[in-house]
Amino acid sequence: MGSASSTLTQYDIEDVQEHCNNLFSQQEIVSLYKRFCQLDRNAKGFISADEFLSVPEFAMNPLSQRLLKMVDGLNFKDFVIFLSAFNPKASMPQKIELIFKVYDSDYNGKVTFKDIMEVLRDLSGSFMSDKQIEEVLIRVMEEAGYSKDSSLLLDDFVKILDHPGLKMEVEVPVD
Amino acid sequence: MSKVNSSNMELDLDRPNIEDYLPTDSIHEPLGKLRLRDLLDISPTLREAGGAIVDDSFTRCFKSNPPEPWNWNVYLFPLWCLGVVVRYGILFPVRVLILTLGWIIFLSCYIPVHWLLKGHDKLKKRIERALVELICSFFVASWTGVVNYHGPRPCARPKQVFVANHTSMIDFIILEQMTAFAVIMQKHPGWVGLIQSTILESVGCIWFNRSEAKDREIVSRKLREHVEGADNNPLLIFPEGTCVNNNYTVMFKKGAFELGSTVCPIAIKYNKIFVDAFWNSKKHSFTTHLLQLMTSWAVVCDVWYLEPQNMKPGETPIEFAERVRGIISARAGIKMVPWDGFLKYSRPSPKLKEVKQQAFAESVLRRLEDK
Repeated sequence: MGSASSTLTQYDIEDVQEHCNNLFSQQEIVSLYKRFCQLDRNAKGFISADEFLSVPEFAMNPLSQRLLKMVDGLNFKDFVIFLSAFNPKASMPQKIELIFKVYDSDYNGKVTFKDIMEVLRDLSGSFMSDKQIEEVLIRVMEEAGYSKDSSLLLDDFVKILDHPGLKMEVEVPVD
Repeated sequence: MSKVNSSNMELDLDRPNIEDYLPTDSIHEPLGKLRLRDLLDISPTLREAGGAIVDDSFTRCFKSNPPEPWNWNVYLFPLWCLGVVVRYGILFPVRVLILTLGWIIFLSCYIPVHWLLKGHDKLKKRIERALVELICSFFVASWTGVVNYHGPRPCARPKQVFVANHTSMIDFIILEQMTAFAVIMQKHPGWVGLIQSTILESVGCIWFNRSEAKDREIVSRKLREHVEGADNNPLLIFPEGTCVNNNYTVMFKKGAFELGSTVCPIAIKYNKIFVDAFWNSKKHSFTTHLLQLMTSWAVVCDVWYLEPQNMKPGETPIEFAERVRGIISARAGIKMVPWDGFLKYSRPSPKLKEVKQQAFAESVLRRLEDK
């Protein structure tokens, strides 16, 4: 299938498959490996932030900097594990956990009002003032039963976000 | 509360709407009142980011697509080995010989003409033009180039420019062997640069430097001057600004389309069965690329000279450029992507991100109004 798969043995593929709970098929893992090698220009074994940012579609995403913190320097196995949250077969808790991690930038397991405001700032750029964001956020949080001082845990996120409309599916092209 | 802070950003009229090409489901149509769930749900944006990590149309444009290896079993492998021997042992030396012969003939005619005919400009130009066409034919022969030209041959008239899609510097050589064009090019180092500054000067060339922004105005002026001169060779421009892998076209720069002249599109499509003619300048030098071509069986391509186009009333240069790009892509059977080729060398403009941010902000504030 080309030279990329010859450096990935059957053992490697099965090992990666196990770590992502068999969410990806073997063909998809081979495709992801080709993509990994394409992005990792000098075969370092990981993709640097700069190399991620050379994909314009990624660089122009408002959450690119936050995601970069999570994917910068990952080796192939962890790269696949990260992407498994985007698999159509991934469970809802797994998807929501990825969303939670994007908000919880200091990895302390709690998402505060401030954390949410920062994400909203990333998403709205210069088109909403801090005051506007704060007002909107206070209003919707109070309606949902939370105050400005509440910290949300992963369970809260699951409670709030779990609904069938939440789709976060990316298809891995397999040639 | 309801007014979005519109910063000083007019939506960049300078580029076609990328949203027309890319899926935009980060703005799901609002249904009812804004709830906490709607604010926290960043899944569409994350999905776009994940999608970009897994596959993106920009990187695809610059992927080399070598011909499929077919030497994978006991019977075909010896045949392939024989092929290698023929290509490297027989074809390659013959081609080097042809090329050397060509250079000898060329230089022995060009140098005298260049120095001796100093006073007779018209004659000198005619001969030099013919000689450049000759050396290009020798180059094409040295790769066993089989070029099918379709359409009426370009003629030299003022107020017209030729544009073509760009796969490698050999595009220029292939077109030049038929008609001596003047060309606008990036200045290269090494022996290519030497040829650029000596021989190509005689057909009239304009230099630019991608990394210099101020250069744009100077180049623009030079283009205009060239096009208006009646005596100058017809100008050939590659509006993509960079080499693309012949399966896609990236956005055309508008420089060629705002000169007020007729634009004659040329489409070039290489047949990949014989060799992948894409020059991946990040991977190989031009010399390596040429050597690769000279050790392949052949370079087979089609060149279509298409119907000259003029800017329609009320059309902006960008729209004109996109329209011509559509004509070329359709003829060559390749896909269009909405990216600027120079993104190979630099980061996307923050304006692209701002479009998404503005859409998000407006959607939130609008939904807040619906009680």
